[in-house]
Amino acid sequence: MATTTAPPLESATTRPSKKDKEPKASFSDRWLNKQGWARRVPLLPALVFIIILTQIPFLATLIISFMNWQANYPNEIAFGTLNNYVTVFTDPALRSSVFFTVLLTVTVVIVSLALGLGIALLLNRNFFGRGAVRTMMITPFLVVPVAAALLWKHAIYNPVYGLLNGILTWLGGPQPDWITDFPRLAIEVQLIWYWTPFMTLILLAGLQSRPGDILEAAAVDGANSWQTFANITMPHMRRYLELGGLLGSIYVLQTFDTVFVMTAGSLGTANLPYTVYETLYSAQDYGLASAQGVVVVVFSIAIATFLLRTVSTLFSEETR
Amino acid sequence: MTTALAPAPSKLAAQRKRSSAEGRRLGSRRGNIVAGIAAWAIGILFVFPVFYMVLTSLHSEVNASTNPPSFFAPLTLDGYREFFGASSGASPWPPLINSAIASIFSTIIVILLAIPAAYALSVRPIKKWTDAMFFFLSTKMLPAVAGLLPLYIFAKYLGLLDNINYLLILYTAMNLPIAVWMMRSFLADIPVELFEAAALDGAGLIRTLRSVIVPIISPGIAATSLICFIFAWNELLLANTLTSVIAQTAPVFLTSFVTSQGLFLAKVCAAATAVSLPVLIAGFAAQDKLVQGLSLGAVK
Repeated sequence: MATTTAPPLESATTRPSKKDKEPKASFSDRWLNKQGWARRVPLLPALVFIIILTQIPFLATLIISFMNWQANYPNEIAFGTLNNYVTVFTDPALRSSVFFTVLLTVTVVIVSLALGLGIALLLNRNFFGRGAVRTMMITPFLVVPVAAALLWKHAIYNPVYGLLNGILTWLGGPQPDWITDFPRLAIEVQLIWYWTPFMTLILLAGLQSRPGDILEAAAVDGANSWQTFANITMPHMRRYLELGGLLGSIYVLQTFDTVFVMTAGSLGTANLPYTVYETLYSAQDYGLASAQGVVVVVFSIAIATFLLRTVSTLFSEETR
Repeated sequence: MTTALAPAPSKLAAQRKRSSAEGRRLGSRRGNIVAGIAAWAIGILFVFPVFYMVLTSLHSEVNASTNPPSFFAPLTLDGYREFFGASSGASPWPPLINSAIASIFSTIIVILLAIPAAYALSVRPIKKWTDAMFFFLSTKMLPAVAGLLPLYIFAKYLGLLDNINYLLILYTAMNLPIAVWMMRSFLADIPVELFEAAALDGAGLIRTLRSVIVPIISPGIAATSLICFIFAWNELLLANTLTSVIAQTAPVFLTSFVTSQGLFLAKVCAAATAVSLPVLIAGFAAQDKLVQGLSLGAVK
């Protein structure tokens, strides 16, 4: 316990002299106070690697976003323009993609969080075949996302031979063309199916980390299950709900595979990551693609700020 | 003894307690049955599309494309034969091998970089080790599109487009933060006396890592590897932007099934199943640690 929390404090105050002047310090003190590069060396390869491959490219994106740079017009490359950002916020197609990105993220995260909480509460009960059901619940998350999108597009949503219309045939219902008629809903449902297992897993871990003694005390005091849920479970679960919601937001915000496979961004379903890909790949407008990328990053940073706070509370509880 | 001294009240209390506890247990037992039925129904609902994918992959093209579906049609491996290029001649093996190379080697590099880093963040922590941890975490929150363009231009001008090694390096960067967080939480569980003993015996960093740390955290290394493998295997955006023919990965290969091509549902399902199989195996193997990896080590 002391080893994980003490060293940063201790070393901050008595860094240089302690090692030489107090040879009689206990072994663990000397062990923990040995400072300098020797300590940092094991960290450096990973740190340098990650800085080169994530921070520098992002800086480059930021710079290019202020450039007029289209691959098809190499003679017109120029620096120092805000045109790309003006385009991002004024082009109606791009505004629609910003709107759909927000809509998609909010819908998918909220619905899969709510479903995940319900399912986690069920899975936390004691019933026959609990492990089997837990495994079944995880399975959707273990299908490669492109494969999952293909599965839903062809085997489930297809108007002619898809599973949904097959079931509707049995029931004598209509035969809608799901993706064409409800493009956004089709993508949302597929993503909710994919992300609910993720939420379930995180929330189940939260439920199982509830302090047993407090639950017992509540039972002894005669609290009914609703009182226990409202006064003990929910306050404890708040952080896990936040964690699931924020992590889910960051992942869903980056959705590319499903949009690419199901609609290729048509019918108002182009979200920002897909739009960046298309601006870069089809339009070859590097400046605009960078500006779009920067907008995605701004959204992510907004979410990440809250996420980091949540993780750090969970984290400090764990290391305490 | 205490019951003998004051029999009446304690017996009463015990009785009351027992009856209320029994009532609750009975109630919760009934509740458990209801919860069990509901959980089974929801579990089946969620797993059904995957089951249907596997079932359809084992049907003939004609039986796969009926409306309503023919669940009990005879099984055949024709879909898989088609996926492996029986009539088209387009073999999925090069993309599968590319994916395996990128996933396996990036995972090995990730682990080799993450163990020393996690060591410097837990066993002998540097100053401000939490800052370093959160720096790693924050890079994971930077969306892939944030660096996509420079990575693409860089590759274009250096001739690294369509090169599996370039993708491999990028996957390493993508998974490193997760691995550092997971490995740190495994290392933090090791009692510090073990390291003191190793140091007393004169073991240096490398030897401590090899003889003390790695044997203890090998289950953790396995779980971390499986999760990094899954994320690398699944990745599409970078692969689709940075590779085309030679270095095409399995998810990129799958995108060739995006547009319908007549009767091809069994083949699509066979392809989706075959490409997902490594992830399903890795995921079930790492089931217990899955949540820890997905939450970047924040939840155990």
